[in-house]
Amino acid sequence: MTGWSAGEIWFIIAALGLATYVIRFSFLGLIGDRALPEWLLRHLRYTPVAILPALVTPLVVWPATADGALSPPHLAGAVAAMGIGYWRKSPIWAVVAGMGAFLVVRAVM
Amino acid sequence: MTPDTTTRTAFWRGARDCGPFLFVAGPFGMLFGVVGTEAGLNIAEVMGFSVVIIAGASQFAALQLMSEQAPTVIVLLSAIAVNLRMAMYSASLAPHVGGAPLWQRALIGYMNVDQTYAVSVLKYEATPQMTLSERVAYFFGTCLPIVPIWYAATLVGALLGQSIPTEWGLEFAVPVTFIAMIAPALRTPAHIAAAGASIILALAFAGLPYNLGLMPAGIGAMIVGAEVERRMGRSFTQPPGAPK
Repeated sequence: MTGWSAGEIWFIIAALGLATYVIRFSFLGLIGDRALPEWLLRHLRYTPVAILPALVTPLVVWPATADGALSPPHLAGAVAAMGIGYWRKSPIWAVVAGMGAFLVVRAVM
Repeated sequence: MTPDTTTRTAFWRGARDCGPFLFVAGPFGMLFGVVGTEAGLNIAEVMGFSVVIIAGASQFAALQLMSEQAPTVIVLLSAIAVNLRMAMYSASLAPHVGGAPLWQRALIGYMNVDQTYAVSVLKYEATPQMTLSERVAYFFGTCLPIVPIWYAATLVGALLGQSIPTEWGLEFAVPVTFIAMIAPALRTPAHIAAAGASIILALAFAGLPYNLGLMPAGIGAMIVGAEVERRMGRSFTQPPGAPK
């Protein structure tokens, strides 16, 4: 990669790998099975449904390939995946519906 | 059934439940291999990213910033910010598998990624009667369609390099996986409120650089979910071992 020596690239890989591991192991390693307070558990229950939509929203609304504009294929795919996934309670049908809507809308545009 | 058969059953159940995400880990890993090679990394470096870091979104974030010649500290900080959500995954898994031996928790930590975490924690909440060894076996099962596939797909992508067109719709593989995990998890008004708040807050914080909006949006949405649950006066799912 231009501008980066092999040493710098491996430093980034090692530092990022170590930091990511420490983050993932943190609570599992430190707390073990000691009981957490109930208010904290009540918040942690919503971790997946609170973090993942925040991760997805910018990828759908401002996809890198659309240069900051709204992209109808992305929006159609997201709505289809969300609707079918909620209705069928099935991740696989959500992926099929979302990918299908994305590809169809992109093909007709 | 003996404990040995029940843990084996739990392992394969985990593998099956996480199976659909194979169709996302595969293309996504391959895409990283292709993009990393096109950006000028050699095969060892591309594989280093996938094996040592094993976190797709942050790998792409680091690669993007390195291509833009950003300073090393910015590359590291923004890629780490993308992964901070995993501290919450770790805290959220602790009540379920925190009693496992250290070496098992150490391995779970390494493979604690979006898909394995989400599939496992949703299973634990739906099935509180699972034993600790079943829960651990189930988690390792969910890793089977993800971790080896992630390595292999990265390698295939790196070997194929520039011969793959990036116009296959792979760019939608990431958001669609996450949506596929979220939608079936919207089981209660509190879950729906948390997801709605997450979307609104993510849009509101979108102007922050380096993905820094992810954490305030996520924490705000967790508070909304917990508050809706509290006001509705009941706990929807009580994890095993939780204080009554």
